Amino acid sequence: MNGTGQKYSLTPAEGGKGEGTTETMVLNMGPQHPSTHGVLRLILELDGETVVKCTPVIGYLHTGIEKSCEDKTYHKVIPLTDRIDYLAPMSNNLAYVLAVEKLLELEVPPRAQWLRVLLAEVTRIGSHLVWLGTHVMDIGAQTVFLWAFREREMVTDIYEMVSGVRMMSSFFRIGGLAADVPPEFEGAIRNFLDVMPRRLDDYEELLNNNEIFLKRTKGVGIISAEDGIALGLSGPSLRGSGVAYDIRKAAPYSGYEQFDFEIPTGTVGDVYDRYMVRLKEMRQSLRIIQQALDGLPGGRVMAKAPPYTPPDKEAIHTNMEELIYHFKFFTEGFRAPAGEVYQAVEGPRGEFGCYLVSDGTNKPRRVHFRGASFANLQSLPKMVEGRLVADVIAAIGSIDIVLGDVDR
Amino acid sequence: MAELTPESLKTLFPEAVISARVFRGELTAVVQRERLLDVAKALRDHPDWRFNFLSDLTAVDHMPRRPRFDVVYHLCSVPSGCRLRLKVQIDEDTVVPSVTDVWPGANWYEREVFDLFGIRFEGHPNLTRILLPDDFEGHPLRRDHPVGKSKIPF
Repeated sequence: MNGTGQKYSLTPAEGGKGEGTTETMVLNMGPQHPSTHGVLRLILELDGETVVKCTPVIGYLHTGIEKSCEDKTYHKVIPLTDRIDYLAPMSNNLAYVLAVEKLLELEVPPRAQWLRVLLAEVTRIGSHLVWLGTHVMDIGAQTVFLWAFREREMVTDIYEMVSGVRMMSSFFRIGGLAADVPPEFEGAIRNFLDVMPRRLDDYEELLNNNEIFLKRTKGVGIISAEDGIALGLSGPSLRGSGVAYDIRKAAPYSGYEQFDFEIPTGTVGDVYDRYMVRLKEMRQSLRIIQQALDGLPGGRVMAKAPPYTPPDKEAIHTNMEELIYHFKFFTEGFRAPAGEVYQAVEGPRGEFGCYLVSDGTNKPRRVHFRGASFANLQSLPKMVEGRLVADVIAAIGSIDIVLGDVDR
Repeated sequence: MAELTPESLKTLFPEAVISARVFRGELTAVVQRERLLDVAKALRDHPDWRFNFLSDLTAVDHMPRRPRFDVVYHLCSVPSGCRLRLKVQIDEDTVVPSVTDVWPGANWYEREVFDLFGIRFEGHPNLTRILLPDDFEGHPLRRDHPVGKSKIPF
């Protein structure tokens, strides 16, 4: 396809009658392209191999989740949140249940809060592993892909252990968790904590001094802190540009203020810095998991706050009133007070927010999810315009988008 | 540092802020549509608050209330960490000034609101559908758009 709408002509040197002027070419990348990480389409205007203009086209994975939410009771929204950023279901769950709990002014038991933090950090590592594997494979490193997915298996195993499902866990509930963790959970997490640091060393050994990897990432896809903030960039992608902004520190939720961890930042804001930030972040997540496991409080994992929380399972079998309540709870749901709340959490990709509007009925008037990938993708043109077309692939990988999170 | 309260906002923008209140620890201010850009710029450049980050921009359909829609802006300050919600209340045929000049990141958000609610933003560089196909009929996040009744082209 011809960018300027003119017909191609050969230059005089090639035996044609052309004036020898340069024309730009439009290249359509995606939506079925292996390195766009889903159904992302980019319209690239190229001058030779240099990108003049990059226009992302999105919406191929739009599923109308926000519309569906309006027709569901508050509890039934939770499985939908899994499917937004499908690499970080528990992180999405957390934003939604915290928003509802804020609206209901619900007190969550400490054990549930700590387990939520622990699982959210396991999720972050799992998500970063998928990012690491696919990103470095895009730019030529096969081994790390296989290794990262091997370790990610441990994360899906932990998911399966606690929720019975390997990906779409829907494990968090309004008021706590669906169930307490099984006895073998502690051993699995200890094993994970034992294995992961060495595996991270392995990845770094393969990549940090790898000439090809450095050439593909250093000085590529640079975005300044000012541009990033103005465009709504968040999470590791913004921290790569040197902005130490992390919602876990800026506005702690679910008890994050009780944990000791650092916020890694970059300096240049290139693909390499974003890579480094995520790798360091995984080590910080391991620290949080360690603290959460060592100090895990006992007690219930579900608040007792009728009419907002379900009855205890044992009580249903012995008490008629509890059985009726159980039935009403899961069919009609509960009426939430009218009002609006916004809850942001630090997801693996940045600020994942849930804006909830209640009109006092048993279904939300409006649920809106602020997907971090949607905002982050807006920064892509800034990173790649004026650069080579091959750098586009490195830049897409470095902002770690999930198209489910972009299109919702 | 000036405290961020409903009173301080009303004092700072006596004409623009219609109402301001705190609910569940979150501050919400309803501002006049005509003064939205002034307020947005002033908040972004305010020496103490510096709302330089537009966290989120969306709309809510309050049908059958008049004015029907709320356009909602979630502001965040990266340096200070404070948050604020701005709202503009409009009807179907009212045009809202675009905040893309204040926060360039608003570009896609406003396109999304246009796409799903049919709300128009004046001064937007490229106000086209973003999530749905260009030939899609209607705006599905309006409350009067039925669930499951959209035409599916395949």
